[in-house]
Amino acid sequence: MVAYIVRRVIGAVLLLAITTMVTFGIFFLVPRLAGQTTDQIAAQYVGRDPSPEEITLTKRRLGLDDPLVVQYGRFVKGLVAGTDYSYGPNTEFCPPPCFGYSFKYQRAVWPDLVDRFPVTLSLAVGAAAIWLVAGVAIGVLSALRKGTVFDRAAMITALAGVSLPIFFTGLLTLAFIRPEGVVFVPFTENPPAWAGNLLLPWVTLAFLFAAGYARLTRATMLETVGEDYIRTARAKGLPERTVIGKHALRATMTPTLTMFGLDLGLLLGGAVLTESTYSLPGLGKYAVDAIRQNDLPQILGVTTLAAFFIVVANLVVDLLYAVVDPRVRLG
Amino acid sequence: MTVEITRPDAPDAFVAVRDLRVHFPTEDGLVRSVDGLSFRLDRGRTLGIVGESGSGKSVTSLAVLGLHNRRTARISGEIWLDGEELVAAPPERVRALRGKKMAMIFQDPLSSMHPYYTVGAQIVEAYRIHNDVSRKVARKHAIEMLGRVGIPQPARRVDDYPHQFSGGMRQRAMIAMALSCDPELLIADEPTTALDVTVQAQILDLIRDLQRDFDTAVIVITHDLGVVAELADDVLVMYAGRAVEYGGADDLFERPEHPYAWGLLGSMPRLDREPAERLLPIRGTPPSLINVPPGCAFHPRCAYCELTGGLSTTEVPPLTETAGGHLVACHLAPEKRREIWENDVRPTLESR
Amino acid sequence: MIRKNALAAVALGATLAVGLSACGGGGPAKGKGPGGGQGQGAGFNAADKDWVNRSDKKGGTLKLVSSQDWDSPDPQNTYYAWSVNFARVYGRQLTTFKSAPGTAGLEVVPDLAESLGEVSPDGKTITYRLKPGLKFDDGSPITSKDVKYGIARMFDRQVLPNGPDYFVLFIDNGGKKFEGPYKDKELKNLTGIQTPDDRTIVFKLTQAFPDFDYLATFPQTTPVPQAKDTGAKYLEKIVASGPYKIDSYQPGKGMQLSRNPHWDPASDPNRKQLVDKIEVQVGLNQDDIDNRLLSGAAHIDVRAVGVGPAAQAKILANPQLKANADSTFTGRLWYFTLNEKIAPFDNIECRKAVQYATDKVALQTAFGGPIAGGDVATTMLPPSVAGYQKFDLYPTPGHKGDLAKAKQHLTACGQPNGFTTKISARADRPTEMRAAEALQQSLQKIGIQTSIKSFPSDRYFTNFAGSPAYVKKEKIGISFHGWHADWPTGFGFLQQLVDGRTIKAQGNTNVQETDDPKINALFDQVTKTKDTTAREKIYGQIDRLQMERASTVPYQYSKGLFYRNPQVANVYFNYAYGEYDYANLSLR
Repeated sequence: MVAYIVRRVIGAVLLLAITTMVTFGIFFLVPRLAGQTTDQIAAQYVGRDPSPEEITLTKRRLGLDDPLVVQYGRFVKGLVAGTDYSYGPNTEFCPPPCFGYSFKYQRAVWPDLVDRFPVTLSLAVGAAAIWLVAGVAIGVLSALRKGTVFDRAAMITALAGVSLPIFFTGLLTLAFIRPEGVVFVPFTENPPAWAGNLLLPWVTLAFLFAAGYARLTRATMLETVGEDYIRTARAKGLPERTVIGKHALRATMTPTLTMFGLDLGLLLGGAVLTESTYSLPGLGKYAVDAIRQNDLPQILGVTTLAAFFIVVANLVVDLLYAVVDPRVRLG
Repeated sequence: MTVEITRPDAPDAFVAVRDLRVHFPTEDGLVRSVDGLSFRLDRGRTLGIVGESGSGKSVTSLAVLGLHNRRTARISGEIWLDGEELVAAPPERVRALRGKKMAMIFQDPLSSMHPYYTVGAQIVEAYRIHNDVSRKVARKHAIEMLGRVGIPQPARRVDDYPHQFSGGMRQRAMIAMALSCDPELLIADEPTTALDVTVQAQILDLIRDLQRDFDTAVIVITHDLGVVAELADDVLVMYAGRAVEYGGADDLFERPEHPYAWGLLGSMPRLDREPAERLLPIRGTPPSLINVPPGCAFHPRCAYCELTGGLSTTEVPPLTETAGGHLVACHLAPEKRREIWENDVRPTLESR
Repeated sequence: MIRKNALAAVALGATLAVGLSACGGGGPAKGKGPGGGQGQGAGFNAADKDWVNRSDKKGGTLKLVSSQDWDSPDPQNTYYAWSVNFARVYGRQLTTFKSAPGTAGLEVVPDLAESLGEVSPDGKTITYRLKPGLKFDDGSPITSKDVKYGIARMFDRQVLPNGPDYFVLFIDNGGKKFEGPYKDKELKNLTGIQTPDDRTIVFKLTQAFPDFDYLATFPQTTPVPQAKDTGAKYLEKIVASGPYKIDSYQPGKGMQLSRNPHWDPASDPNRKQLVDKIEVQVGLNQDDIDNRLLSGAAHIDVRAVGVGPAAQAKILANPQLKANADSTFTGRLWYFTLNEKIAPFDNIECRKAVQYATDKVALQTAFGGPIAGGDVATTMLPPSVAGYQKFDLYPTPGHKGDLAKAKQHLTACGQPNGFTTKISARADRPTEMRAAEALQQSLQKIGIQTSIKSFPSDRYFTNFAGSPAYVKKEKIGISFHGWHADWPTGFGFLQQLVDGRTIKAQGNTNVQETDDPKINALFDQVTKTKDTTAREKIYGQIDRLQMERASTVPYQYSKGLFYRNPQVANVYFNYAYGEYDYANLSLR
């Protein structure tokens, strides 16, 4: 087990390294292959109509003329050992993990990510709780009432849920339910305001995900209730509630948990559309802005963090799987 | 040993099934899985129900336990258990009897046990539904039961998961679970099919021993006449949802009268011999339960069909007594049947 | 100034607009907040003509919103138009624009300075004298050295790269190179700015520059005390000189401001300090912003790109909402160029053919019509820029094109059956792409066959339309263009577009490559002319000369639909910024 975790952690680190390399490559190598010069790249981070001298200075500030390997090495060094950064009159030390300084805004990326994370975390956790409970409940009821009006209505709603884009449902809810918009209030400051503001984004986001969970739960539940061990449970004389609520649900929850872990991991890296639609300053919004500005350190920071969450979620799901399903042996 | 078969509808029997019908409406038509079945069984005795797959054996046993989904199955007739009628009884009442007064062992012990719970937990659960005891007491009972069914080191194995048991051990555990509440009726549905030959014998011995200890009534459902020969006092041969022959085990093995029973005997593997090819294969395939052949359902596959003068294709043969307690549903005259058996079938079977 | 235009409103918004009008039936917004749609509006376009809700009432929190974050709130490191306007809330400059609606707001007036710049006879030395008793928000006095230091900061283009570089270009340091206050802490090499005493500041220029007072309105002249400067981190703790001080700025989220107790209203007739607090929330989705404005949860959208399509439909359908809206000039001109160096546009007759063939109404429609798009243009100077004169050298009925006349000029050009050429436009601007298609159809009617080449807008001028070599290699005869001046004079607007000496290999904005000695001479004359009215007259002449060359086809004076929540007081539209004046807003 320990060996397994160690191996997975090493794999995760490698994966993260590759993620940063790919992001780095997309950002630097691709434009270069497409014929962009470092001058043109640098021109994005100066004001309008930059003079050649300003471009040269910017290139120097960003180190754009160094070989890509050197630039990447600098990034990795900052990440593991920190780096010094001059912001004019003085130089400050950026402690690890230092994702560098924004090309455009010249401020350290990591504190910004730390600052944005609570928004995304609040959004993801709240929505996840809603969609898990609602999705599983609807899925179970649908499976037990297969073919009834309830089942059909639920599945049509679920279909609508996965098909309607969040910027559509989100903007509709904003226009008709909360024209004054939502504001992120930290949980630590005012829990009721935190929940009150986030309720709408939660429900909208959960609506999108609950659909998938309802359909998955329904399908696995239908499969599970046909299993021999469910018949055994009934033959033992267990009440139907226990048969479904304990025996069937336990088996149904395994694929659901897997999906849940991965979805949550994905979402922790930023719920891009939800955050943009509801103007929530989370990691997703940060990513959108970073990409719009072509701000490499910001993009690298947010993608690495997102990749980190996905990798961790994968690991947790695999470990959890071994706990949930005793047949699984890690090794 | 003498076999005394009382009429199936005798009121004093411990288990009495009368004119049981289990039909499933489907989009393709009505599936008549069981269509007018009657039998009886006393405490301490064993009834073997044999037939090919699809003959209605398992459907019958699930009907007795009340495990059919009432929304998808239409059930009529009567099932009496110790003087209590179950078909019309409220589901909750039947549930209370399930696991307590009647229990069941299933064919595939791996898929029949929940993969996520330990063997012990599953036995404890079965025990605690019907007995108001602490978890600790139930666990002690579970270990005792595991020991009883011959699982070595039960105190340690009780916390194992089903996948950590071998096939035979799993079936023993299933039996332990089924017997945990001292059921008065035990239904074993193909209890040995999934097991290899040596383990089969052990499991059959176990069932027999336990039956003796608990004075349990046992219904063994199988397509394997070998199992029936090992265990059963009485035998019911089913074909297309009906009984075609019903009598004592001796009657059936020594004086079978239905051509289908002959066919089954011909395909019976014998523990004392190398498995051989079927000498008397039953021609054709089992009938569709939606469009059951008219008259005798077996007639399209019956070698002696012509001898009935066309009766077999038009009329359903009634189950009638041919000798003391031996019932057969066949249009052939009893003398003719015995003649064919003695001169034709039996020599072939014995010569193999 | 850098303006992201409203065109970024994508198909999504349009889709929603349809959805909303279908569901909502154009009814009034459900006003939850105070004044949400119920307040008596001052009338459509009221703030374009005059102050709306003039009031001396104090108190309240002004809630401002923006879809975009600052490029930087650091006064020396900003270039966004709305940020330049907003920087006046917490900072004061040597000069500023007069707080007045309409073209009156184009007038430059003294701010920190007692009067406008005193110009030496050769035009190369400009002196300002600061008002007495000015203070920073910590109570310390504002001196001319602080103004000088502020300007000095932006010479370090490595630390503060965002702002405009006019001062860097025009200050004459006697041939020495000043590398900014971080490498040259005593500002030894900044000899072009002198502070003989604490109230006097003298600028020495490399050439006479008549619009210097306009440059002095930029936030780059905001005073910064050297002791408090932290370079790139100064934006975290900006020392205020305007009516409000910054309590906090959170990148990507917003800014909170409160009253600056050391600001003296007597010294500052162009700003107000009525509300207690100002909150700016940035990074909001445009539809979210519009909902908030209509519901009263927010007061003004400071980014000022106009409301999105959904809100537009709502506002125009509802007279009550419309009474709180203004459809007015943003100061931007949309036009396209006919390259004088590329055949057959090297022949003026072919250029004139296009002038007559263009259906400007079709192009206007592509931009969203008169309210969301703007008015049909016939001159290079928009009406909201000083020097604008109304004329139309190529009139066509209803601006819809005159094919007969176009054909005549085509024949005169020697191309009676038309010719083939290429059009360049910016791919990520859907309205411009639609306009290019509309032009394509117009030209087809007189036999000019065109193919549209689209490019990313961020490299449009650096690599493509603004690279004469590329344009010639690809034979791009027609290029779509749009312009908004850094300061609202004919010089600021036209010089980069039609002065032949501004043609450059990269980032060229004189795309049609006009190099007319008469026009160039007029620009020289402007620099020698001290009288404002006389200068404005010259701008009109330049405009007319350029239109006679027929190598630019202006088709639209850009307009936006802006919404001011009825709770807002002291609001008017300032033409100098093409935005509401943020330094005077208060609440009713």
